[in-house]
Amino acid sequence: MTDSKPDFETLAIHAGAQPDPATGARATPIYATTSFVFDDVDHAASLFNLQTTGFMYSRIMNPTVAVLEERLAALEGGRGATGCASGHSAQVLALFPLLSTGDEFVASNKLYGGSITQFGQTFKKFGWTVKFVDPDDMDAVRRAVDEKTKAVFTECLANPGGVVVDIEAMAKIAHAANCPLIVDNTLATPYLLRPMEWGADIVVHSTTKFLSGTGTTIGGAVIDSGKFDWAKAGKFPDLAGPCAAYHGLTFFETFGDLAYTMHCHAVGLRDLGPTMSPFGAWITLLGVETLALRMDRHCANAARVAEFLTGHKAVAWVNYAGLPANKYNRLAKKYLPKGAGAVFTFGLKGGYQAGIRMVEGVNMLSHLANIGDSKSLIIHPASTTHRQLTEAQQIAAGAGPDVIRLSIGLESAKDIIADLDQALNRAAGN
Amino acid sequence: MERTLSDRMNHDSYDDDYVRAILKKVRVIAMVGASPNWNRPSYFAMKYLQGKGFRVIPVNPVAAGQEVLGEKVHASLKDIPDKVDMVDVFRASAVAGPIADDAIAIGAKVLWMQLGVRNDAAAARAEAAGLEVVMNRCPKIEYARLNAELGWHGFNSGIITSKRRRI
Ligand SMILES: Cc1ncc(COP(=O)(O)O)c(C=O)c1O
Repeated sequence: MTDSKPDFETLAIHAGAQPDPATGARATPIYATTSFVFDDVDHAASLFNLQTTGFMYSRIMNPTVAVLEERLAALEGGRGATGCASGHSAQVLALFPLLSTGDEFVASNKLYGGSITQFGQTFKKFGWTVKFVDPDDMDAVRRAVDEKTKAVFTECLANPGGVVVDIEAMAKIAHAANCPLIVDNTLATPYLLRPMEWGADIVVHSTTKFLSGTGTTIGGAVIDSGKFDWAKAGKFPDLAGPCAAYHGLTFFETFGDLAYTMHCHAVGLRDLGPTMSPFGAWITLLGVETLALRMDRHCANAARVAEFLTGHKAVAWVNYAGLPANKYNRLAKKYLPKGAGAVFTFGLKGGYQAGIRMVEGVNMLSHLANIGDSKSLIIHPASTTHRQLTEAQQIAAGAGPDVIRLSIGLESAKDIIADLDQALNRAAGN
Repeated sequence: MERTLSDRMNHDSYDDDYVRAILKKVRVIAMVGASPNWNRPSYFAMKYLQGKGFRVIPVNPVAAGQEVLGEKVHASLKDIPDKVDMVDVFRASAVAGPIADDAIAIGAKVLWMQLGVRNDAAAARAEAAGLEVVMNRCPKIEYARLNAELGWHGFNSGIITSKRRRI
């Protein structure tokens, strides 16, 4: 197996998960333990100094979580990965080795709404400043990114869906300014898109969504390509300079292409503490094994639903990048040839009130604030997640009064369409 | 095994089996550029390899005569009284040439250059003299990777197997 490169489906089942060394157990055991014994004081010292491999304490690393980390690193084509408590903590962890107080980064303004709030509001308390730019306008991105920029952050297939960002162009802009491109690959998953193949240096995930796949567990991950030269860039002292928390150890010099992931564990998880639990990792691993099969079905169902909605008389518009008439269809063909994902929006001719009737009228689809579940999900952002915003802000965020967001699940397309059809007709007052 | 110049190793990527066989047969490693400071990369590698049962002999003219991790530091490879299986180069690529020549002279079987160190001319001379050569790799990382330890830290080992791993 060492000479020919295994395919995605094989990696999704095997990468990182060898039979348990102690027992031979073939399924990955749940190592429900906070801590691990030291052989002696010298062994303990070596572990604390990062001089040897091994486990100490599950805030920093755990054998079950490590299987998921290696699996995700393999699926994304990365060098290493760090599992964490949620997608949101993955975003903190990903930026933590790169930014200090007073530093800036540039982010797409077409991100999951929670990311916009986290970057724009909460990160202010760390002294991290975000500059939001419209990723549809690469000239604007180019103008926003300069030598002070420590990272560029975007989704490729963006929540609430429909939007596809030209990440290859964005990587070039980031690299010209000596900073890494970070891509949130939650909506596409590595089955549909591997951002590192287009120049991304770091990938983050909310594993809460399609990776775990059944809406059971919150989790996140940061994956590093190992390709960014932290020393040459000359602006990443946490990685390329001596680290006071480890007595002057220099991560990049000592660990080479492993440095970023080592830092995420040894400093990020150690000192910020958003650790993934071994049980959460185990559930997520179960999901990842079937990712290829599920994503094919998610995408096929979503394409059929989008087509159905396009022809429905109560529907004003459908924003699914897989539709030939969609403005992002060219980019979807380039980046997402296997399918444009399963999360997208559409508009109701009846506006706000019809939106409320629609989400209350479904019988099988679930009215809730999540995506990437085996169950089909529906939400009316204007009356829920985006309720606090003015109408103008709602429209700018792609969450105007008429907008419904869907996350298409794995039920039969016929049954999903039937439920949407009856709810649409009721919402339209027919 | 004799190697002709046309039968050159590919030094951009190595078969796992090639690296595994080297780490299996080597017992005594001379580490050129080993530092007595605990927070230097060479010290990390030395300590780790000692823990895996290798004997690591430090070579560093600046620290000659001192002791590092229980081993006496020698000024040059030629000063080492014991038989050396492998020479590990923790020095800049540009100075790997004379180190390779010394490695050949003391009868080492393997010339290994650390992550970031590559000198094709030195490698070619060592190979012509019958040594096996690895460049731009760290023996600590390769050992950990091939023994499934690297995955403990979330790294992609590139290894897929249904065999119970050795510990
Ligand atoms: C694209 C995207 N990124 C990040 C997140 C945040 O992930 P989590 O809810 O796991 O913290 C979400 C959650 O909805 C998301 O959709």
